[in-house]
Amino acid sequence: MNDKTRFDSNEIDQWIERMSQDVREKLGPEYNSAKMLGIRTGGVLVAEQLHRKLALAHPAGELNISFYRDDFSRIGLHPQVGASDIPFPIDDEVIILVDDVLYSGRTIRAAMNEIFDFGRPTRILLVTLIERTGRELPISADVIGHCMELGPQQNVKLREDLSLEIEAR
Amino acid sequence: MPITAITKPSIMKKLNRDVQLCDDGGLKHFLTIEGLAKDRLVDILDTAETFVGINTKSTKKVPLLRGKTVANLFFENSTRTRTTFELAAKRLSADVLNINVSISSASKGETLLDTLRNLQAMHCDMFVVRHSASGAAHFIADHVEPHISVINAGDGQHSHPTQAMLDMFAIRRNKGDFSALKVVIVGDILHSRVARSQIHALNILGAGEVVVVGPKTLLPEYVRDFGVQIEHNLDRALKNADVVIGLRLQKERMRSALLSTEDEYFRSYGLTEKRLELTRPDSIVMHPGPTNRGVEIEASVADGPRSIILEQVTGGIAVRMAIMSITMGNIEKSLSEQRVSHLDQPQTTA
Repeated sequence: MNDKTRFDSNEIDQWIERMSQDVREKLGPEYNSAKMLGIRTGGVLVAEQLHRKLALAHPAGELNISFYRDDFSRIGLHPQVGASDIPFPIDDEVIILVDDVLYSGRTIRAAMNEIFDFGRPTRILLVTLIERTGRELPISADVIGHCMELGPQQNVKLREDLSLEIEAR
Repeated sequence: MPITAITKPSIMKKLNRDVQLCDDGGLKHFLTIEGLAKDRLVDILDTAETFVGINTKSTKKVPLLRGKTVANLFFENSTRTRTTFELAAKRLSADVLNINVSISSASKGETLLDTLRNLQAMHCDMFVVRHSASGAAHFIADHVEPHISVINAGDGQHSHPTQAMLDMFAIRRNKGDFSALKVVIVGDILHSRVARSQIHALNILGAGEVVVVGPKTLLPEYVRDFGVQIEHNLDRALKNADVVIGLRLQKERMRSALLSTEDEYFRSYGLTEKRLELTRPDSIVMHPGPTNRGVEIEASVADGPRSIILEQVTGGIAVRMAIMSITMGNIEKSLSEQRVSHLDQPQTTA
């Protein structure tokens, strides 16, 4: 288990810097023609930073997965429904999919389902700031900022000032 | 409960019970706008806004109602309403069953309840109901199993709530805030369920001024009770209007001696370019369709720059998607909570 419960924005910035290098390495010399999608809301914060560091040629898009969640039969329509904003075609593109925390894997499954409703990408690179324990689906990230071992009662939250806190649920 | 044609507000109030709400106040059916809180209507409009972008996707679908079956139960003919409901359900990934009851079982003498029971036995999850009798959708909502959501697609002269919501959606998209607007509704108010629902929606959303206009035979005095102004002179009503809504003139009214001739009606109440000069320069013209060109609206107005008639149709799909996903979602949520609370109860042993 993690002893530290708070990470400041400087630390997070260093993780994102390292993530940007990993993305360059994974995608090779043409990394900057890739298209970036941040998953609302935490993933969008990370995507903004990463996009700036990578100096990508195209603006980043925002993915709102509320229509693709698998808990409609439990909680109904999600209270924060919203449309995705994808300012580029998806077909035949390399997509850098960015989220803040990879936990159960359900968000990523929903995100990929939504992406495929917009087109068929050549490749999706999954980039996540935190990879925590508790996966429920066979999904793993390609680029990770920081790994955390957390129990089911613990919640990790990225704040708007890009600091990070581990809370008890 | 017998289903009879109901037009007076006092009787209609009795229909307006909380049958359409879950215990937590969320919508589980959508039967009437009357009595709903403003937040509920704004929620529908906001949710509809998020569905508009679906047309930009290569797959024009979201999986919210995947595995659900929606039965379009049309006891009365309609093409536009049925097809937009069908498209909305399909874009939510539901399976759709279109049942034109007017030419099937009902005409063979099957009762409404028997038709319902048969559809329930086919495991449908949502009924979209159009019926010529006021109160039909309420009656059905009162008798369906708890997992079924009922949407009123027009009942007699009572209510057509999804049409009114798509009209509010079109107004909000073009004009923004309702409070500064003068809205004029022209035509056969007496028989129009659309007008009735529009008036309730405009009142709840806080429209600045709502004026209804029509000949005395088609504009009953009790409409004043809805909190609107009554006017019989169209030119006076149109002055400085922001939104003008024309209603379809049902030609059968001519035969019932409520009106003289189509020509005379057009001269007095037809929406013409000349008349619309009295409205604000940026006014919009709406019509629920189908339009009778040359009777209630001039062709050049229906096709003109003020007309947002086709935009109403497009927006109608998003609005119906929003309503269907909200009601079905609330039912799913309340059934799931009931399952959880049932599991939480101490088990008794025999």
